[in-house]
Amino acid sequence: MAHQSTYEPKTAFTRWMDSRLPVIRMAYDNLLDFPTPRNLNYMWTFGGILAFCLFVQIVTGIVLAMHYAADTSVAFDSIEHLMRNVNYGWLIRYTHAVGASMFFFAVYLHIFRGLYYGSYKPPREILWILGVLIFLAMMATAFMGYSLVWGQMSFWAVTVITNLFSSLDSVVSGLGTGIVQWIWGGFAVNDATLNRLFSLHYLLPFVIAGLVGLHIWALHVTGNNNPTGVPLRDPKTEALPFHPYFTAKDGFAIAVFGLIFAYFVFYMPNYLGHADNYVEANPLQTPPHIVPEWYFLPFYAILRAIPSKLGGVIAMFGAIVVLFFIPWLDTARERSTRYRPIYKYFFWLLVVTCLALGYLGAKPPEGGYLVAGRIFTAYYFIHFLIVMPVIGIIETPKSRPQSIADSILGGGNSSQPAVAAAEKR
Amino acid sequence: MASTTDDPVTRRDFIHVAATAFAGVGAAAMLWPLVDQMNPDATALSLASIEVDLSPIDTGQAITVMWRGKPIFIRNRTPEEVEAAKAVQMDELKDPVARILGETVQEPATDEALTKSGYEQWLVAVGICTHLGCIPKGQRIGDERGPFGGWFCPCHGSAYDTAGRIRLGPAPTNLEVPPYEFLSDTRIRIG
Repeated sequence: MAHQSTYEPKTAFTRWMDSRLPVIRMAYDNLLDFPTPRNLNYMWTFGGILAFCLFVQIVTGIVLAMHYAADTSVAFDSIEHLMRNVNYGWLIRYTHAVGASMFFFAVYLHIFRGLYYGSYKPPREILWILGVLIFLAMMATAFMGYSLVWGQMSFWAVTVITNLFSSLDSVVSGLGTGIVQWIWGGFAVNDATLNRLFSLHYLLPFVIAGLVGLHIWALHVTGNNNPTGVPLRDPKTEALPFHPYFTAKDGFAIAVFGLIFAYFVFYMPNYLGHADNYVEANPLQTPPHIVPEWYFLPFYAILRAIPSKLGGVIAMFGAIVVLFFIPWLDTARERSTRYRPIYKYFFWLLVVTCLALGYLGAKPPEGGYLVAGRIFTAYYFIHFLIVMPVIGIIETPKSRPQSIADSILGGGNSSQPAVAAAEKR
Repeated sequence: MASTTDDPVTRRDFIHVAATAFAGVGAAAMLWPLVDQMNPDATALSLASIEVDLSPIDTGQAITVMWRGKPIFIRNRTPEEVEAAKAVQMDELKDPVARILGETVQEPATDEALTKSGYEQWLVAVGICTHLGCIPKGQRIGDERGPFGGWFCPCHGSAYDTAGRIRLGPAPTNLEVPPYEFLSDTRIRIG
C-alpha cells in the first residue's frame, strides 16, 4: 500500500527544495497524507505512544548524562546529588525511571495487539521482525540503564545477567568465563564494566531510533493492518489521511497515557522500583532476594523454571527468538483473531501465561511457585510452536466482512465465509 | 603483461582483488584492538597476592577477604564438619571434580583434595555461587547454611556442603578454590 505521493510544492522555496532534497514531500506523504484505515481502534494508538516514550527517554536521558558520573566511587552519590541539589533533578530522573516502565507497558500492549490482529502475517513479516529487534534493543538499553544507578539491585542484576554467559563453560570449557571477563573487563563487575555500560546505554537509544525509522518505513510500504484483518482496497472510502484524523486520535491517547505517566512520576515514583537500589552497591553482600524490574519478570521466571544452568539461559533467550518466527509459525488463513473461534481462547491463555510468569518471576523459585513456573513456561513455548501451527490448520474461521467498507458502513449483511475470500489478498 | 583475448583475467582484475583483500585484512586487523580493549586490563591482571592471619578465627567461625576483587571464604571448620565432608562419597556429588584455580589436572572433589594436608580444618574457597555469581550465605553465625551445612545461595537456592561442593540447586560446579599456601600454622598467602 505504498501510496502515490500527492504532495504539490506551492512556493518557490519548496519547489527548489523538492528537486534537491524532498524531505518536505517525505514528511507530507508519511506524516500528513498517509491513507490510514478508518476502522482502527484505540489499540492502534500505541505506535504513537511509543514514539512519544522514546522521545521522552532520549530528552531526559541526555539531561541526566550531564549530571551523572560513571565511576564506581561516585556514581551512586552523583545520582543522590542530582536528586537533591540539581534544579528539577528529581523530576528528570523520576520521569526517566518511570518512563522506562511506561515504555515497556506500552510496548507489551503493542505486541499483544499485533498478536491478536495477526499484524505479523504476510506481507508484514519484516515489519514484525523489526519490531522484535526494537524490543530486544529496548531490553538491552533498560538493563544497562538500571545498572548505572549502582545500587545493590543494579550491581547484582549486572552480576547475575552477565554471568548467564558463563553457562557456555559447559559447552566449551573456559569459553563462558572468557566472555564474562571480557564483558566485565576484570574478574568481577567493576569500574570498567560501569563505564562501558554507560557508553552503550547512551548509544542504544539512537540505534532504537534508527530501527523505529525502518519500522515506520516498512509500515508505510505495507500499510496499516486493521481490526478486521481485511486489506485496504479503496483508500477513498476505507481510509482517512493520517492528519488530522489520526494525529488527533493518537494525540488524545498520548494525553491519557501522559496522565497515567504523570500520576506515577508525581505520586508514586518509586512504586515500580526496588527499595534495595537505594543502598549503594556492595560486592560482598548479595541482597536476600534479587528480582529484576517488573518488565523482565516473565523472562526471569522462564530462566529459573529450567533446572539446568545452560538450559535456563537457552529457554530465556529462546522465549524472544521464537517471536522472530511467528510469521511462519502461524498457519491461519485469517489474520484477525476476531474471526478465529478456537484460537481466540488460546490467545487469552497466552496473555494469562505471560501475566502468570510475571507474577512467578517475583516469587522465590521453590515449591508450588517452581511447579507453576514450569507449567507456564511450557505453555509459552507450546503456544508458539504447536498451538499456532496446528490451530491454524484445523480451525474453520467465522465469516468476516468482505471489505473494510462493509465493516464500517453497515454492510454487515454482505459478509460471506472467510475461506472463500481469504485468498484474494 | 601479455594479455590475450582468450584469457579474461586482466591486470585490472588483479589490482581489484589485491586492493580489496588488503583493505579487508587491514579492517579485520583493526577490529581486534577494538575487541581486545574490553578484556581485563593490566591493573586487573596484576595478580596481587594477599596474606591472611588466621589466628583470630576460632573453630566454627569464618571470615571473608577480598582477592582479585572477589570475596574469599575462609572457614575454620569444626571436627564434625570435617568428618561430614570426608564421609561424602564421590557418587553423591553433583560435580565430582575439585575446582582448584590454576590446576590443570582434574582431581576428584574429595575433602583431601580441597584442603591442605595437615590443615584439614581450614577451607578456603572463592565465595561466589557458580550459578550466576551471587554471594552465598553461611559466613556469619546464624546465617542460613542450607541442608548440607555449608553455604546457601539466596538468589536461586543452590546449597553447598562444608567442603564447598554443590549438592542441591541450579549451580553447576563446586565453589572454586584459589591458589594458596600456608606460610605458618596461622598465616596463608592467597595468589
